[in-house]
Amino acid sequence: MSSHLSTPRRTAPTSVVIGALGSVQNAILPALAIAFSGIGGSGRFGVAIAVAAAAIVIGTGLAYLGWRRLTYVVGEADIRVESGIVSRAARSVPYERIQDVSLAEPLLARLFGLVAVKFETGAGGSEDITLAYVTTAEGSRLRQLVRERRDEEAVAKAAALAAPAPSEEPAGQVLFQMSPQRLITFGLFEFSLAVFAVLLGLLQYADNFVDISLWDARVWERWLSEQSTWVARIGPAAQVVGAIAAVFVLVVIGFATGLLRTITRDWGFVLERTARGFRRRRGLFTRTDVVMPVHRVQALAITTGPLRYRFGWRSLSFVSLASDNESASHAVAPFARIEEIAPIASAAGFHLPDEATGWQRSSIAYRTDKAIGAALLFVVVAGVLALFAPAGWFLIPLGAALVAAALSLYEWELRRRHAIDDSQIFAMHGLLAPQLQIATRLKLHSVEIAQGPLARLRGYATLHLGLGGGEMAIRGLPLARARELRAKILTTITATDFAHI
Amino acid sequence: MDNALAPHATLLDDEGALTRLHPNYTWALRVGMLLRLVPLVIAALVVEVVLAEAAQSDPDLAALALVPQGGLSGAVMLAVLLLLIFVPQRRYNARGYQMSADRLRVVRGVLWHSDTVVPLSRVQHIDVHQGPVERFFGIATLTLHTAGTHNASVHLPGLGADLARAMREDIRAHIKRESL
Repeated sequence: MSSHLSTPRRTAPTSVVIGALGSVQNAILPALAIAFSGIGGSGRFGVAIAVAAAAIVIGTGLAYLGWRRLTYVVGEADIRVESGIVSRAARSVPYERIQDVSLAEPLLARLFGLVAVKFETGAGGSEDITLAYVTTAEGSRLRQLVRERRDEEAVAKAAALAAPAPSEEPAGQVLFQMSPQRLITFGLFEFSLAVFAVLLGLLQYADNFVDISLWDARVWERWLSEQSTWVARIGPAAQVVGAIAAVFVLVVIGFATGLLRTITRDWGFVLERTARGFRRRRGLFTRTDVVMPVHRVQALAITTGPLRYRFGWRSLSFVSLASDNESASHAVAPFARIEEIAPIASAAGFHLPDEATGWQRSSIAYRTDKAIGAALLFVVVAGVLALFAPAGWFLIPLGAALVAAALSLYEWELRRRHAIDDSQIFAMHGLLAPQLQIATRLKLHSVEIAQGPLARLRGYATLHLGLGGGEMAIRGLPLARARELRAKILTTITATDFAHI
Repeated sequence: MDNALAPHATLLDDEGALTRLHPNYTWALRVGMLLRLVPLVIAALVVEVVLAEAAQSDPDLAALALVPQGGLSGAVMLAVLLLLIFVPQRRYNARGYQMSADRLRVVRGVLWHSDTVVPLSRVQHIDVHQGPVERFFGIATLTLHTAGTHNASVHLPGLGADLARAMREDIRAHIKRESL
């Protein structure tokens, strides 16, 4: 088997087809743009077809060359990948450095029975090696193989430490999953008008190519006057109906966007506890399968939105060194009740705050400064208006200043608090909904007490905790309390060290 | 400074007296600052020459000639001189470190004050770096890298070069012991 292993291998030949289809996708937009623009006069359709054909041929050629020139070797101690059409790059990742192997199946790849294999090293997204695409069977073989190799090395190295080497275990226990009904509820809360921003951007893009100028006011004036005479003819009742219909359409589009995005992303969401750690599978078109080892969970973040909080929905994510697409933390229960979150947290070795948690507030001076800071801009505007605007106008920003200060005070009073217990540190903040972070004292990497000029004058400080894969800071602590927290955390970290020696 | 390496500090002593940095560090800071301020002085000289020529050729701007020769660049140079004397000194005074058996504390910042403690067991790797100016003054920067996102690298500049290397060995021994 080892001779078979050490020969250089190529990714699946069908990945060239996927690359070619990708280049078709890339060719469509420029071709359309040329076809509907003034470039080339009457022959522009010919130009468009030629450009599209060239883009497709070049894209396919590059995909083929890229495939020909990429080989990987599954060696005794590492995985080596050589790639590059003109300049060659050779990369080696030792098994012991590979945190895990994740598999992703975008829609096209899925149709061809292919997966993209990513070897996660924890160094951050771009540094990881990805093999796109190999057959599904080869993908799971690689994953299994890397795990076995890594375990062998770990066992060999840690034999003296008697680390519990995880052996094969029956299939994972399901910790959390989302039914279609849950997904629909989730989607409704994800109401989004982002699609309009995209449309606006496209309009601007089209404007550069299309002959009619969208930003020419006269075009719109003419259109408006035509429309308004038409609207005036049908009477005020119809105008009201029209306005309501417009709002209705807006709302429907907003909900549809949210539903669509949520369902495509989180379809078939399953979180399992397996021998390897937490395994999450999700996705309608692009199915992903990610495994997070338990010991790599550095902290928990429980977030929520202003509206969904009122209905008792929260989202749990793990902060860890590995990255999850663009976001730094892994969503493990994106839309759940707190009762569903608690078992996941305890499976990761954390506990949620309870009645015994000794919450403490931030410093009073910080509260005052923050409220003043929130109101300051509005007060300045009010001052300017009082001098230069007609009488009475300055009352509007003055009212806004009061509201801003009141909101800031409310946030301090109700939400901004922190707590420390024997093993964990909790931090909460948030104006309209509480955002909670929970970190293990033991898994922190550094502790910093930071003070700006104002904070020094007023005797409070920010405690920055060095957390692997995320930021955690407790703001506005009285200086003495910040020092106390730091001393406690450091005691935990260093005490454990001595136990290990 | 000599006893900085000895594991003398008690474990909870994170508010204790700080060890001062190498005295040459003030001078290294001054040189670095001077290099950054030279363009400003040059700009002042250029503006002065341009204005003087404009005042000679254009009668409307003759009033500019009332400013004494070298007045602008002189003022800028005086300001630079004062900055060079006082700012590095204040910065030096604000900085310090405290090395104990199992942690390193780094304090810095005149206006924005920061006080960081890195447990030695959390250090991923260590760098000792010497730029040309630092080498001239016989000092070095010790950098501790941690796995945290905040404070991924903690810099301690202005150590004597030998001390920096000794501290690196000390911390390295600690890392080795922890990872056994």
